[in-house]
Parts: sequence; C-alpha cells; structure tokens
Amino acid sequence: MRIKINGKEQVIEKGLSVAELLIVNKVEMPDMVSVQLNGEFVRRGKFSQTVLKENDEIDFLYFMGGGK
Amino acid sequence: MRIKGEIVNKIFAQGEQEAPLEACGYLAGEKDRITNHFPLRNVDQSSEHFSLDPQEQFSVIRRARSEGLAILAVYHTHPASLPRPSAEDIKLAYDPNIIYVIASLLNGHQQIKAFWIIKGQVTAEELIIEE
Repeated sequence: MRIKINGKEQVIEKGLSVAELLIVNKVEMPDMVSVQLNGEFVRRGKFSQTVLKENDEIDFLYFMGGGK
Repeated sequence: MRIKGEIVNKIFAQGEQEAPLEACGYLAGEKDRITNHFPLRNVDQSSEHFSLDPQEQFSVIRRARSEGLAILAVYHTHPASLPRPSAEDIKLAYDPNIIYVIASLLNGHQQIKAFWIIKGQVTAEELIIEE
C-alpha cells in the first residue's frame, strides 16, 4: 500500500505498525524519535499498536539536543 | 558542504542576540548547499545545553519541504567554548543523516564548523562559506 513517509510517497507492506516502519527505515533508537501520523503525535508507548493505513502520512524526526 | 555567507551571518547574529544562552535551529537547502536558516527556540533556555521542541521541528521541516528544500544540518552555538562537539553533543547526536554545525562565540571570535556524528564517531565536514 502507498503512504507518505517524511513527505515522500513509498509503497510498504500492509499491516505494518509505526514501530515496524521505524525498523524498516533503519531507525536504531526509536525511543529518541518523535512521530506524527497525519499531523498528530503518536505516543511512544503506542508505536507497536498503531497500524498504518493506505494514504497515511507519517513523519518522524530525531530528538535534537546537546550541551557544551 | 557549502553555505551562503549571509546564512552564517544570521547564525552569528542569532547567537549574539540569544547569548549567553545557546541558540539553535535547522539549516536547509539542496544537495550540498545550505541556502536557508530556520532559527528555533532552545527549549532548555540554558547557556550550557540546548534541545529543540518536536512540534517546532515538525513545523519547520514541513515548511522547508513546501519550499522544495531539504533539512541538511542542525546548528547550535557555543557562547563560551570552541566550535567542536562536546561529550554531550556526541552522546545526544542520534540522527546519522544530518550534519551538526557548531558556531562558537568564544571571546568574541566567530568560528563555525561542521561535523558528522554517527554512533559516537565524529568526522569533520568541510564547510565552504560562499561570499
């Protein structure tokens, strides 16, 4: 099925969860990633239970921070 | 990576305005050329730390995308230390696909450098400033 990942259309397997999509996209530290699905934040505790649907738009980004 | 000189000037202007706090934001452009600067709020409001607000990050990323730009780098200032990644910078660099730019204001000297930080390994990226 087709979805948009970070603005780019991609074909993915049906039934993938957000957690599985992050693995497919080689995200090694999902605990440090924020996800929005169709413009709404997905809580980290819900990554495994949130299943993607046709035409979903998912964006993810890494925590950004640092110090001196 | 190339960067427009005016973008570098904007980073330092923001850094001086927000000092002694660390200033931060995203840099966007196409391929290997940074052409746009998106200042972001330092949620930590600290002179020794910075972090970005995910909601603001998503907003900027979508804005850049709508302008046909890619996010190429994240930057922050070191108001009182050299432009090199600190232990905390390295520890918290989770994104292997972005360049980390550090702008130093130490003792009034403006220095800017860029790095890849992947799994704790730091590699300098040449930053060519275009006039």
